[in-house]
This record gives sequence, structure tokens and C-alpha cells, in this order.
Amino acid sequence: MRRYALRFVALFYLAAILIAPLGIVFYRTFEDGFGAAWEALSAPDTIHAFKLTLIITAIAVPLNTVFGIICALAIVRKRFPGKGLLNAFIDLPLALSPVVVGLSLFLLYGRTGWFGGFFERHDIQVLFALPAMILATIFVSLPFVAREVVPTLREIGDEQEQAARTLGANGWQTFRRITLPSIRWAVIYGVILTTARCLGEYGAVAVVSGRIQGETETATLRVEERYDSFDLAGAYAIAIVLALIAISVLLLMTLVKPREGTT
Amino acid sequence: MEAPLASAVAVAAAGRPVRAHGERASTALSLGVITLYLSLIVMLPIAALVWASRSEGKQAFWDAVTSPQSVAALKLTVGAAFVVAVLNAVLGTVTAWVLVRDDFRGKSVINSIIDLPFALPTIVAGLTLLALYGPKSPIGIDIAFTRTAILAALMFVTLPFVVRTVQPVLTELDHEMEEAARSLGASELTTFRRVIFPNILPGILSGFALAFAKAVGEIGSLVIISGNLPYKTEVSSVFILGQIESGNPAGAAAVAVVLLVISFAILLVVGAIRHFTTRHDRA
Amino acid sequence: MRRTLTALMVVLIAATAVSASWARSTDTKLGLVGYAVPREALEAIIKEWQKTPEGSNVDFSQSYGASGDQARAVANGLPADVVQLSTGLDVDYLVEKGLVDRNWDKQSYKGIVTNSLVVFAVRPGNPKKIKAWDDLVKPGVEVITANPFTSGAAKWNILAAYGAQRKLGRTDKQARAYVQRLFKNVVVQAKSGRDATNAFLSGKGDVLLTYENEALLSRKNGQDIQFTIPKQSMLIEAPIAVLKTSKNRDKANQFIRFTKSDTAQRIWAEWGFRPVSKKISREFRAKFPTRPTVYRISDPIFGGWAAADKKWFDPKGSIMVDIEKAIGGPTG
Repeated sequence: MRRYALRFVALFYLAAILIAPLGIVFYRTFEDGFGAAWEALSAPDTIHAFKLTLIITAIAVPLNTVFGIICALAIVRKRFPGKGLLNAFIDLPLALSPVVVGLSLFLLYGRTGWFGGFFERHDIQVLFALPAMILATIFVSLPFVAREVVPTLREIGDEQEQAARTLGANGWQTFRRITLPSIRWAVIYGVILTTARCLGEYGAVAVVSGRIQGETETATLRVEERYDSFDLAGAYAIAIVLALIAISVLLLMTLVKPREGTT
Repeated sequence: MEAPLASAVAVAAAGRPVRAHGERASTALSLGVITLYLSLIVMLPIAALVWASRSEGKQAFWDAVTSPQSVAALKLTVGAAFVVAVLNAVLGTVTAWVLVRDDFRGKSVINSIIDLPFALPTIVAGLTLLALYGPKSPIGIDIAFTRTAILAALMFVTLPFVVRTVQPVLTELDHEMEEAARSLGASELTTFRRVIFPNILPGILSGFALAFAKAVGEIGSLVIISGNLPYKTEVSSVFILGQIESGNPAGAAAVAVVLLVISFAILLVVGAIRHFTTRHDRA
Repeated sequence: MRRTLTALMVVLIAATAVSASWARSTDTKLGLVGYAVPREALEAIIKEWQKTPEGSNVDFSQSYGASGDQARAVANGLPADVVQLSTGLDVDYLVEKGLVDRNWDKQSYKGIVTNSLVVFAVRPGNPKKIKAWDDLVKPGVEVITANPFTSGAAKWNILAAYGAQRKLGRTDKQARAYVQRLFKNVVVQAKSGRDATNAFLSGKGDVLLTYENEALLSRKNGQDIQFTIPKQSMLIEAPIAVLKTSKNRDKANQFIRFTKSDTAQRIWAEWGFRPVSKKISREFRAKFPTRPTVYRISDPIFGGWAAADKKWFDPKGSIMVDIEKAIGGPTG
């Protein structure tokens, strides 16, 4: 009896909070027919918004992946003071509000900011342009690869690497042949999480983008813009595409997770 | 590089790996890269934030943080985050239990769906909740622009946290202890209370802290559905946004620093729990 | 090693290709920063202008949002050649920051490009029979407006409410008390005029204080919205100005002149904005009924934007701060 009660509670909770809302959006998008939804998706500004999201993601993910691996190696394998502080800084983006992230960039690169004057004199647009949006997205998606790789590195230990070194392999060879393959699934899982975070970023980018249509609007900002323009079907349509991407990311996560070993 | 034989001898003699010259250099290089990257991406912006919050003096900082609207937003933010984190702790544990101990058709699908809030953009989450629980709701529930809407949105985005921190602990739990307790005559409830619960508590606390942190900073899912009515449904992140746009970045920075401190505090808590449980495992 | 180099080359080539595709090949680029409501109208006017010899080969980047927010964004570095905002106040802010010439309001039509009126949007059938300002303060009436500290739209609403009372013969004190009673009935204070409209359309509230053009626009977008223009209303004068920092001032000024031309004024009218041009006004007089009492920001009861803003909306201390505090509302 208790089993059914627990099962019911869990399933009802999930249905009310997760499943039903998603179902409704799918319904609402096509309520007025495919026409309105298609119009919104094929508008040049919308296509550009998707392109912009992908470009930002394509830049942020590799950078954070490389950083994450270097960081994980340093934390697990090397000795240096301030490891706790490093851990805190890496984890900070997870606990920090995206608006605070955006604000800090605004304060740094705005006209009256620390670097604002410098960039303005050299006619470089950082804020309200792609650079600030990339910086914001890198900030919020920073931790994932490092956090996934660290426990894996800890678990597998470094005997194989030691062995390789004594056999004459240099640092790079050891890394490429021994270390990297052993953390492969952790890296992949971290990349998936980072990508998902980049695609879905809203708060930080909302502060620094300036929402210039066809230039600094990402897909998530475009959803809000369509909603603001009375184009509810359009907002839902873009949301659906983002939701479908999210579900694919979810499937990838499900496939990779068991191989990653840690959960 | 260093002669492999010499290294091997050194290892044998010292009984532990000797830090070779090359390794110190590579540590320095790694740390250099890490510091540069972190400075550019995280530390400089945070420094600018803290500096801006104090740029108009201590009094201005205090005024900004203690203004009635700011206090109302902070109260709502922390309060809502706490309620949501508690609900998550309970319902998340139940869900984790069901996923680990129960079996039914479609369980693996349900298990995968749990991660959806991690993958879904928060603004899409807000829009979906508006569709279901807003004025044109098909099931007649209209909570848009109310505090209930805030709770619903936060529940959505924090759903996976406790489930995912408790699940692995439950999975690895040593059944022997439970069986021993039962064979000694303990009831299910006592078994749960004395054997299972203490072991999953760190997982629950960890998930609670993470859910709390996420809820405190959440913005995307709230912009559309909460109405952002000051004093009634305005959370701190929206308040900060409003301050930025009202040309008061120093005031925004002040409240942002408060949120920053809260975030750091939560990180310390989670770190402590993690440290405690890892040591616990190793023992 | 070779594989890494190849990968690096591919990334570099891709990056170059991407940035090349982003480079525009048109002659001139103008940045237009506007408030939220005229987005569709300006998009149409731009398209029309690009058909003329002056406007061909001119590309536009456009950003729309709450008027005050946009002004502050421009002050913070948002690139712009032309701003079209909802109050002269926001343009004066840019003058203060050295971004707009202080003689901007000496251009044609005093720097104004469209007019509108403050109206009440109501539910179909107007069940609560809201027609006059005094109906707004009846118990149980739920009012929606934008937040006066972030939205120019809200400032017009509040000043209109105060002005109506004064024009009805009430004293300054009585009129202020009215505004406070009005705000007791406010249930949503949205960030911008557009957000307020969306809140109303999504089902909240009984009446929305908004611009006439916003209400007409919603209707044009298929929303079932009904509105009434009260007998006393305020003339909402929306300015347009060129930025001193513009690299294409002549082109920008040409565009500004175009927005006041007959062609453009007709487009404005079609989108629900009252034309400044008297000629086009007459053409559309059926669409835009007149009202007996219409007052402007220059009226002595307000004394112009600078005075009115300081008296009513200064976050450090003003009538609205007091009112919001009294009812537990926003103060900044």
C-alpha cells in the first residue's frame, strides 16, 4: 500500500510540475495552425537569433572544456596553495544569479566602467555586442566540465601515468594517450551539460545584450521579444524548438551517464 | 626530459613519486593559464561588482540594501527559495526512493525526464508554466502574477537537485544494515529513521543547498509568469535588473553583493557536506 | 599533433567565414533605439524609406524596450544614431550625458514625431462601466499600469490622472489624494508599457491605463481589446532625436525628417499614432476622435518635463515615492 502511495506522490509531483506544462506548450504552439508557428520560426531575425545562440555556444564550450580539463588535472594531480579558493571560484557560477553575472560585466565594460573608456577610445564595442555576450555565457557555463572530470580523475588514480612517465613518455604524450582516454566520458558528459547551459542562457545575456534585433538577440531573448510583441504563437514556436533541443540533450545525457561512472 | 631510469630509482628509493623539475614547470604553466582565464572571466567582473557597490560610500550601500523595496525582494527571494528547497527535500527524496526501490513500466523514461530542467532554457520553463497555470489555463488554475507562480516556477527549475543527490546514495546503500535491523525486529519506520535516513541525509542536505542556491538567483523562469510586482512578486534578481535599468548600477551592485555573499555561504555549506561525505566514504 | 593542427585550421577558417558573413556590404548603417510601442510602425517606416533614393543602401539595426531603460542603455554605450523615445524627459537625460544636442526640440514639430492620448483599456462589454477618471478609484476596480520609475508610459499615465483632476476643478492637494487612491487599486506595475499591456491581455485587472496607440496596436494584432478615451486626457508627445556621437548625422537627420513626412505620418496613423502633421491629422480624423479637455506637459500645472519629473518621480524624494510608500509599492 505504501509503495503505491509513494509512487503516486512522486508521479503526481512530476506530472504537475514537469510533464503537463510541457505538453500544454506543444499544444498551444499549434493551436492556431502551423502557419503562425512557421512564420515566427522563418523570420530572418529569428533565424539570426538561433545562429547567434549557436555561435556563442560554439565558442564558449571548447574554451570551457579546455579550461575544465586543465583545472581538473591541476586540482587532482598537482600540489599548490589555494586549492580551496580555486574550487570555490569554479563553483561560484553555479550558485550565482545570472543577473549578477550580467551586472558585473556591465560594470566592467560599460561607458563609465573600468574598461569602458579604453574600449570606447579604440572604437571596440564590448557591451551590447557579441564579446560581452560570449563572456557572460562562458562565466555561467564555466564549472561543468571541471566538476565532472575531477571525481573521475580522483577515482582512476595516476598509476598508469606514473608508469608511462617512467617508460619515457613526455607530459603531452602521457596526457593524450593515457589521461584523456580515461576521462573521455566525463569530458563528454561535461560538454553536454555545458552546451545545454549555453543554449539556455537568459539572465546574464539579457543584461549585456542591448537586444538589438537581428544582431544581439539570442534564441532565449527572442522568445521574450515575441511574447512582448503579442506573438504568443511565435514565442511558443521558438520555445518548442529550444525544448526539442533540450530533450535531445537529455537523451544524450541518459546515454552517456552510465558510462561516465559517477552520478 | 629526465632519464627514466633515474626517475625509477628515485621512486624506489623515496617510496613516493619525486616532483621532477619538468613537473613544477607544468604546474606553473597550468596555474598560470587557470589564473588568467579565471581572472578574465570571473574575478575581474566580481571585483568590479564589489567595487561598484562601495563606490558611493558605506551609507549608500546600506541605503540601497535596506530600502523597503530591496528588503521586500530579499525576503521574498530567500523565503521562496527556502520553501522550495524544503519541498524539494521531501518530494525529491520520495521521487528518488521510488526511482531506486520501486519498479514500474516507464520508470526509465521518468528517470530521464528528471534532468529536463537542467537542459531546458529557463525562459521556456516560465512560458510553459504560464501556458498551464496562467489565465488561459486549460485546467482552470490561474496563478500567474502571484507568489504561487513563483513557487511553481522555482519548483520546476530546482526539481532535479535533491533527486539526483539522493539517488546515488540510495543506490549504493548497504542493504545488509537494513536487513540486520529488520532481523533484529525493528519496524519499517525505525529502520528508515535509524538506518536509512542518516545515510541519505548528507545527500538530501547537499541537494537542499543546491536547490536553494539556484532558487535564490533564478530569473529566466520568473520574468514572464511572476508579474514582477514590487513588494508582492518581485524577487531580488528582478529588482537588481530594475535597478540597472533605472540608472542605479551602484544600488544594483549593493544588492548583488548581498546575493553573492549568500551564494558563497551556500557553496561553503555544500563543500563542507561534500568533504564530510567523501571522507566518510573513504573511511 | 597533425590532427590537432588540422582541427585548429578548421576552426580558424570557420571563424573567418563566420565573421566575413557578418560584415555588411551596404554603404551606411544607422542604429535606431526606440521605446517598445512603435516597433512595428518604425519597421514599416524604415522599409518605406529604404525604397527612396535617400534611404536606399542604408541598413538599420534596431533595439526596442522600455523608454527609460533604452535611454540609459544608450548612455551606457548602446550604439545608436537615432533615438525615438516616449518622453522628452528621456531625451533630456541624453542631453545631460552629452549625447544629444540641447537644441533637439527646436527641430520641426518641437522634436516630436507622434502624438497619442492616455486611454482606459477595458474588458469586452466594459462590465464595470469604466468611463471616467473617477471610475478608476471605485472599490474593487483593479487597475494595471507600468512602473513610473522604469517606464515613460507610466509617467504619462500618472500625470494624466493628476491633470484630469485639476482640469475638473480640484485643488493640487485633492488631485494628489486622488492619485494615491488610484494607486491603491493598482494590482500590477509592469516594467514597460508593453509589459503592462501583456499583463492586461493575459487576463489580469479590469482596466489598463495605456496609450491610445498601444490599444489600437493590440487590436491590429487580433486582440479583442476595447478602450475608452476619457473626457480629460493628456497629449502624449513622443520625441525623435539624432545622437551627437552618430557617425552618420546627415543620414540620421534625413531619416528623422522622413518620419515627419506625409508618407511616414500616414504609416504612423495606420499603426495608431496621432500624426503631428495637421494635414494628415485631418485625413484620419475619423480614426482619432477629439476630446474636450486635452492638456500637455507644458501646461502650467506641470511646468515642463524637468520640473514635473523632479516633483513627481525623483527616486530620492517625490510625490510618487511618498504615494508608493504609503501603499507599499515601488520606490525606485
